[in-house]
Amino acid sequence: MRMGRRIAATFKRTAIHAGPTVLGIIVLDFLLLQLMPGDAADVIAAESGTATAETMAALRERFGLDKSVFTQLVNFLSHLATFDLGFSPRYNMPVLDMIMTRLPSTLLLMVTALSLALLIGIVLGSIMAAWAGRWPDRVLSVVVLLFYSMPGFWVGLMAVVLFSVKLGWLPSDSSMTIGANYTGWAMIADRAAHLVLPALALASFFVAVYARLTRASMLEVQRQDFMRTAEAKGLHPFVIQLRHALRNALIPVTTVAGMHLGNLLGGAVVIETLFGWPGMGRLALEAVLARDFSVLLGVLLLSSFLVILANMVIDLLHAWLDPRIGVS
Amino acid sequence: MSTPDLTTPLPVTDLGNRAAPRKGRRLRAFVRNPTFVAGAIILGFVVLVALFADLLCPGDPQDMAGPPLLWPGDDAEFPLGTDSLGRNVLALLVHGSRASLLVGISAAAIGLAIGMVVGSVAGFFGGWVDTLLTRLIELFQTTPTFLLVVVIVAIREPSLQTIALAIGLASWPTVARLVRAQFRSLRESDFVVAARSLGYSRTRIIVQEILPNALPPVIVAASVMIANAILTEAGLSFLNMRDPNVVSWGGMIGDSRDQLRNAWFLTALPGAAIAATVLSLNLVGDGLNEILNPRSDP
Amino acid sequence: MSQRPTNLLEVDKLTVAFPGHVAVREASFAIAPAETLALVGESGCGKSVTAFSVMRLLPTTARVATGRILFDGNDLLAASRAEMRRLRGRHISLIQQEPMTSLNPVLSVGVQIGEVLRRHERLSRRAARARTVELLDLVKIPDAHRRVDDYPHNLSGGMRQRVMIAMAVACRPKLLIADEPTTALDVTTQAQVLDLLGDLRRELSMAVLLITHDLGVVAQWADRIAVMYAGRIVERASIAPFFAKPMHPYSHGLLGARVDVDAEEHYLTDRLTEIPGSVGSAAGEAGCSFAPRCPMVQPSCRVAPPPLLELADGRAVACPITVAQAGATHGVAVG
Repeated sequence: MRMGRRIAATFKRTAIHAGPTVLGIIVLDFLLLQLMPGDAADVIAAESGTATAETMAALRERFGLDKSVFTQLVNFLSHLATFDLGFSPRYNMPVLDMIMTRLPSTLLLMVTALSLALLIGIVLGSIMAAWAGRWPDRVLSVVVLLFYSMPGFWVGLMAVVLFSVKLGWLPSDSSMTIGANYTGWAMIADRAAHLVLPALALASFFVAVYARLTRASMLEVQRQDFMRTAEAKGLHPFVIQLRHALRNALIPVTTVAGMHLGNLLGGAVVIETLFGWPGMGRLALEAVLARDFSVLLGVLLLSSFLVILANMVIDLLHAWLDPRIGVS
Repeated sequence: MSTPDLTTPLPVTDLGNRAAPRKGRRLRAFVRNPTFVAGAIILGFVVLVALFADLLCPGDPQDMAGPPLLWPGDDAEFPLGTDSLGRNVLALLVHGSRASLLVGISAAAIGLAIGMVVGSVAGFFGGWVDTLLTRLIELFQTTPTFLLVVVIVAIREPSLQTIALAIGLASWPTVARLVRAQFRSLRESDFVVAARSLGYSRTRIIVQEILPNALPPVIVAASVMIANAILTEAGLSFLNMRDPNVVSWGGMIGDSRDQLRNAWFLTALPGAAIAATVLSLNLVGDGLNEILNPRSDP
Repeated sequence: MSQRPTNLLEVDKLTVAFPGHVAVREASFAIAPAETLALVGESGCGKSVTAFSVMRLLPTTARVATGRILFDGNDLLAASRAEMRRLRGRHISLIQQEPMTSLNPVLSVGVQIGEVLRRHERLSRRAARARTVELLDLVKIPDAHRRVDDYPHNLSGGMRQRVMIAMAVACRPKLLIADEPTTALDVTTQAQVLDLLGDLRRELSMAVLLITHDLGVVAQWADRIAVMYAGRIVERASIAPFFAKPMHPYSHGLLGARVDVDAEEHYLTDRLTEIPGSVGSAAGEAGCSFAPRCPMVQPSCRVAPPPLLELADGRAVACPITVAQAGATHGVAVG
């Protein structure tokens, strides 16, 4: 199968290319974190009130924070080879476990937000392109530009005011109703209800990006000769737009969407904090404040993996959309 | 459309424009573009407010000025109400513009500076220099931008300068990519070959020949960068990673989270201010794009 | 009006305008079934706009100001969009100039040809595919069974143009509009594609509206010729009489500008005939558009555009001076 071979080749190519990149990221982030004033021992000591020199020294020795930077780095890398991301001083559990409890929530939020953004964005963009220059296009362009300019977290807050406070339709905190112990459909409905506002808030900016890009892309495609060929065959305009125009227009949109996956994690930091969503973004923020470098490194590493994976998926998607792209 | 009168001659094309001096023609293109003008007006308004903040609302905006949680319109002395600490919201908004604009512009400047240097060197020289720098760009781009900013800000005490530096350091890769692509394509163009055959030094070729031609997309990107920097700063301030001595719109939103039920205007107003400023920058960017890269679609 | 009975296509005083200029002015011509009419002229004279008007494929900024286009007796300009969609690809089809960009890069060749068949003949996917392979054989693409799943970028320019031809003749149209079908191809491929078109039009009894600026192709191929200048038809004739004796000064210039292998001209001793000036010099002219460049111009020419005068044996010329000189009998002015 052509596709199977392509997937394998892309995977291999990505792995070879990404290896040094990941290594570079680890080293860079490690050094960056060392620049931060204070370490986990400081924070723990400050929080628990036991700030004597002995306890601090004992803490540091326990977590290996007293060793040299180089030694710590080597230790980290050697642990990494066995998929051991270290131990979190703050949460008192292995970093990998810590991240794994939070990862699904973040993925759920990110994937939902991105899918919503793509769906709504492409539809809006196509409408804008179809009515280009006339009032539907003008009105939608203004709306889209507004969403492009509003901070995502502010959209979230305003949505909370409207849907949670005033209308009481949707919850505004956490990913599920704690303590209710729903199962089956009730659980899905409950989770979905909690997902709506954060996902929309995260998606708002990206809807605008994809709408604008789709519009520009579709308009560009309209001017191609093959569009006239399609019309000359007597095809229905709907068929022409869907089969001939859209597949060409989606190529730049998917590229950009892929690039956004990395930033989505960052944007999720604010949204997760706002909505109390138990995700990796919030975890990263807490880790920074607590100087919990193990967790922070783990999160940074994982998010880098995510970006690399996303790029790979985008490569494959491109190859599927555009047969001119061969496997190198 | 009415039937054209086929017996009268066609009007001769208006050639008057061509006679105008080049600079005047350029300026007119800017003024004629409604998107650019609209954005420029709003942006100009915000800049003026920031410049004259002390005149418009004298005194320290963080001082307690009146009873807390007054709604806009309740009291003539506080046209936009007061927050939970009794501070004048109007004064906070006016002074807050400074933080946003300062951070936005300096962060973009830093990002542009680094990005242009890296991008032009990588694009022009190619070879192992290019490979190395491209890897560096990829390295930075694989880390989520916001997280990187948070980490860099955490290295030092959050102040306006630190935040601007952090955002600039996190956003240069985009510019570098853009500049690199431009240089790579322009490197092979005829006028560069001509310059090289005349023996011009490489620095001169980069700075005087290629760079001016590579600028249009960079100029457009600059406005987007300022807009993104303002949004990032707002996010940081909301998360309380901000300069405690300076008023910022994002910080106002963060402070008023607890009042979301009763005094949601405290969230709405600073957010609207951010949106308006960013909108103006986007309009300017769109307008610049239309002017510098003219196309014929509607 | 032409005296031929039951023409397949009759274009009557067609005027097409864009904002800023008029591209086609009161063009009139007709094509009989299975006849090939060559529409000839320089770049920008309005030939392509005329062709696209027949299929109503003009950009939205274009306006048909006056005229009728009768196809099989029906006025296409008055037809609904749904009716036009029924006609396109089925009774009238189009071949464009640039094979590189005329095919959709993301769809396979088989899908693009099959589309026409499934749209107009309601074939199932399997039947359409079988018929597509037949068509690819018909246009002499080797190894059609494999090629049917290829994408445009896998094919050479000549093969892409053959695919376009296959698409165009798939439903056996009555009229084929070929807009400079060989201009973008190299000389060898040109000859092959033209041969193919020749065979096909005979086999399928297709009428062809051939847009071209290559008089060599016209001489070999067409039954009749219509010459366009600055949006107007300035001469209409059958091929042999036209090449024997072109009447309009512009036609003269066109034929004189050819290089003839047998004429034994050498650059040291001879000059190619040029038509002085350029098309642009017609802007602002109240009279005949060709007046600024015409060797036979008279004051009367600049007053009003000369009408297309019908002569004996189906010829028409838009130049009263020439007509008078030739001493031919006037027919009724056709506009």
